[in-house]
Amino acid sequence: MLSLTVNDHPYSVDVPDDTPLLWVLRDIIGLTGTKFGCGMAQCGACTVHLDGASVRSCVLPVAGAVGKKITTIEGIGATEIGKRVQQAWLGIEVAQCGYCQPGQIMSATALLAQKPMPTDADIDTAMASNLCRCGTYVRIRAAIKQAATGQASLPQTIA
Amino acid sequence: MTSPIDHARDDVDLQSPSRRELLKRGSLVVAFMWLGGASRVWGMKSGDRMDESHPLFAPNAFVRVGSDGSVQLVMPSVEMGQGVYTAQATLLAEEMDLGMDQITVEHAPPNRKLYANPLLGEQATGGSTTVRFCWTSLRDAGAAARYMLVSAAAQRWKVDPAQCTVARGVVTHSATGRTLRYAELADAAAKMTPPQKAPLKDPKDFQLIGKPLRRVDTPGKVDGLLLFGMDVRVPGMKIATVRACPSFGGRVASVDDARALRIPGVVKVLKIDNAVAVVGEHFWAAKQGLDALDIQWDRGVNANFTTEQMFADLANASEHGTPIVAKETGHPDDVKGKTIAATYQLPLLAHAPMEPINTLVHVQPDSCEIWVGSQVMARCADIAAKVTGLPPEKITVNNQYIGGAFGRRLFEESVGQAVAFAKQVDYPIKVIWTREEDIAQDCYRPAYYDRISATVDEKGKPVAWIDRTTGASVMASFAPAAMGKNGLDPDLVECAAELPYNIPNLRSEWVRHDFPEGMKVGWWRGVGPTHNVFVVESFVDELAHAAGQDPVSYRRDMLGNDPRVRGVLDLATQKAGWGQGALRARQGRGIALAAPFGSYLCVIVDVEVSPQGEVTLTRAVAAVDCGTVVNPNTVEAQIQGGLVFGWSAALYSGITLKQGAVEQRNFNDYRVMRINQTPPIDVHIVPSKEQPGGIGETGTVMAMPALTNAIFAATGVRLRTLPIDTSELVQDKDALKAVLSAVSSEDNQPADIAPHTGRVS
Repeated sequence: MLSLTVNDHPYSVDVPDDTPLLWVLRDIIGLTGTKFGCGMAQCGACTVHLDGASVRSCVLPVAGAVGKKITTIEGIGATEIGKRVQQAWLGIEVAQCGYCQPGQIMSATALLAQKPMPTDADIDTAMASNLCRCGTYVRIRAAIKQAATGQASLPQTIA
Repeated sequence: MTSPIDHARDDVDLQSPSRRELLKRGSLVVAFMWLGGASRVWGMKSGDRMDESHPLFAPNAFVRVGSDGSVQLVMPSVEMGQGVYTAQATLLAEEMDLGMDQITVEHAPPNRKLYANPLLGEQATGGSTTVRFCWTSLRDAGAAARYMLVSAAAQRWKVDPAQCTVARGVVTHSATGRTLRYAELADAAAKMTPPQKAPLKDPKDFQLIGKPLRRVDTPGKVDGLLLFGMDVRVPGMKIATVRACPSFGGRVASVDDARALRIPGVVKVLKIDNAVAVVGEHFWAAKQGLDALDIQWDRGVNANFTTEQMFADLANASEHGTPIVAKETGHPDDVKGKTIAATYQLPLLAHAPMEPINTLVHVQPDSCEIWVGSQVMARCADIAAKVTGLPPEKITVNNQYIGGAFGRRLFEESVGQAVAFAKQVDYPIKVIWTREEDIAQDCYRPAYYDRISATVDEKGKPVAWIDRTTGASVMASFAPAAMGKNGLDPDLVECAAELPYNIPNLRSEWVRHDFPEGMKVGWWRGVGPTHNVFVVESFVDELAHAAGQDPVSYRRDMLGNDPRVRGVLDLATQKAGWGQGALRARQGRGIALAAPFGSYLCVIVDVEVSPQGEVTLTRAVAAVDCGTVVNPNTVEAQIQGGLVFGWSAALYSGITLKQGAVEQRNFNDYRVMRINQTPPIDVHIVPSKEQPGGIGETGTVMAMPALTNAIFAATGVRLRTLPIDTSELVQDKDALKAVLSAVSSEDNQPADIAPHTGRVS
């Protein structure tokens, strides 16, 4: 049995040590916000935080997450930066199909935690691992800046 | 794509069909049916599933008002990121005088009678037709519901309905100030006679239409709680993953599953004719089981097929095949003069959306229930009935939000596969394809071999034009009824037969050359226009260059009479500053102009190409005239996203075949564009009161030629084959040497991404 802490909740799971964390989250624990896109850390849809740092859960053996604080998209809104990022994401209307967006939001939140005022180059480096086939990149960049500065550079949608 | 059943070209006004026309077409008439009593049900058997799920008042198939105050809007089209749930909900809510926060949306079940898209002749989402098809009919449905609710109030108050107003679902009798909520009126309204046609709002009174409203689905996409098909869980469910024969048309010869069955969590191994599935308690067990199988394939008739063979066959067909003429004006063969000719080759394309194919199915002795995101709900039900042998009324299909489709979910064969596995077990199984399987078993955008030529006058202007395209038909298998009497596929020549230019002698023709048996064709974002606008707009650019003229003024000189074409050309060139300021060496600006899907677009792309041939997009400007806009935020998003999708394919995408199988595996070798390669994209929408045009695919249609024309401007190299081969853009033989000598062995940076420079290579 492995003990995990996900979004501040304890879970006990009975799976082989090398089961990727992604499938433990989705299939065993039932948190489906973290997505499967490629299975080889090429797309970033599976991004979660381990002690605040972004990792690709599709290639992280669950044993490697034991004793660490795991945060998923379901829990990121409880953090101050995560909440700002989600608000910016909605204000600008970043999401189209939305499948990649949990991973995008997790990577963006980790970036802002590390660099509160990221440059374009910082955004490129931090976000290049997250694919979006709908091509929402222009708005992802603008939303990160909006979350960072609190200033809206693009018109906001009417809620 | 063009309508498989050519209603758009009928004399009948599609937007306001008479009731007789609706009955004749059998599509929208039951929009005005309700479930109040058997005598009033049109065209539905009393046992139909529609009755079961909802309460009191269903004045039609799109609106359900409950006495608890809930208002559900049933969405005829599927949401896959293009914003249609919000658009369709907006049209209904506008005419019902409801706020968007007062409604919830539901996926429509399979039901061609109620939900068929008349522009496609099928219950289908695609072809950038959604707002075009329901712009009037959904507003009619909302207005009909409002009419009946107001009538119920007026009757209760014994007043003239004309004295009543509605705001936020509350009916008010102006003179007395009495109010009644929709919830209180639902029961009585259900007994009202539906109106022949309720009056629609004057556009000047629109509260919702035309505004950048927040989408109804995005909050759940941001907090991670919205379910995609991949996320659905039902009690007792197990998870399976699949491998089908990699070479098209091949079969399973034998399977040794001994090792697989020993893996913890593996439950069972299932076989069908051409594929093997491993069922597990969770995906990882299933995946490990799949990798532990020893499968021997009978690789079938295509065992030696290659892309080289495919293009050789296409070239041969182009030279020697019999073309089907799509359009001919004048006498293009008889015009004398200087002739310029070019051959363009476009590759097979996969869709590669973020969400791989997945289908959840539960087959029981007398029922089959499916949870899947689909663009063709009724076809999913049909294939399930066929595979299970169950009657249609025993099949339930629950649509889901789709994690990107770009045309992939127009094909139901993967649902048939899942049902074929599910009927071998008694529990629900969720079949999830790996990314590798998703790429290997796609329905591919055909490859094309296009020969185009023009005879020009002394000013270099084309007076004759012949465009012969050669490739497979998608329409022939998707909607055979839509093929022309002469065998023409109308989509295949869209934006080739009709140009925004005035060319007196023109022929557009197609030589049909189908895929090998067992290989599946598919609709890919932008369909015929994406293919043809690349060829046409690249070739127009070639002609401009041959004439020594600026590409914009060259186009302007050729325009036909439609002012909307000129409108977007003027707007884009003005916003981009075309012709102003100097560009440096190896910088270039390219333009594309077209009128796909009932809309008009002009896109201008700026690039910089390094001496080593790396392409950087530095800016894009798009002008779009799509008629009346329902949600301008969505229009901008779709253009931006569509452009990225198209550029990504132009830069990187080409499916290649070896031994009859796809060589590409995952995003490492089927590369797609990332944020560090994406330029600023400015979208300018032309204000218009015209009928809505299509939007979902239009950005993709414009992307590739605008990019390659910019590359030509930057380098003088004309790219006639996609994907772009950057080795053709190397400045000179010393350019590569300079890099090789500069990079030392300690300096090994990842070749894939150069984050700080945004270069692609």
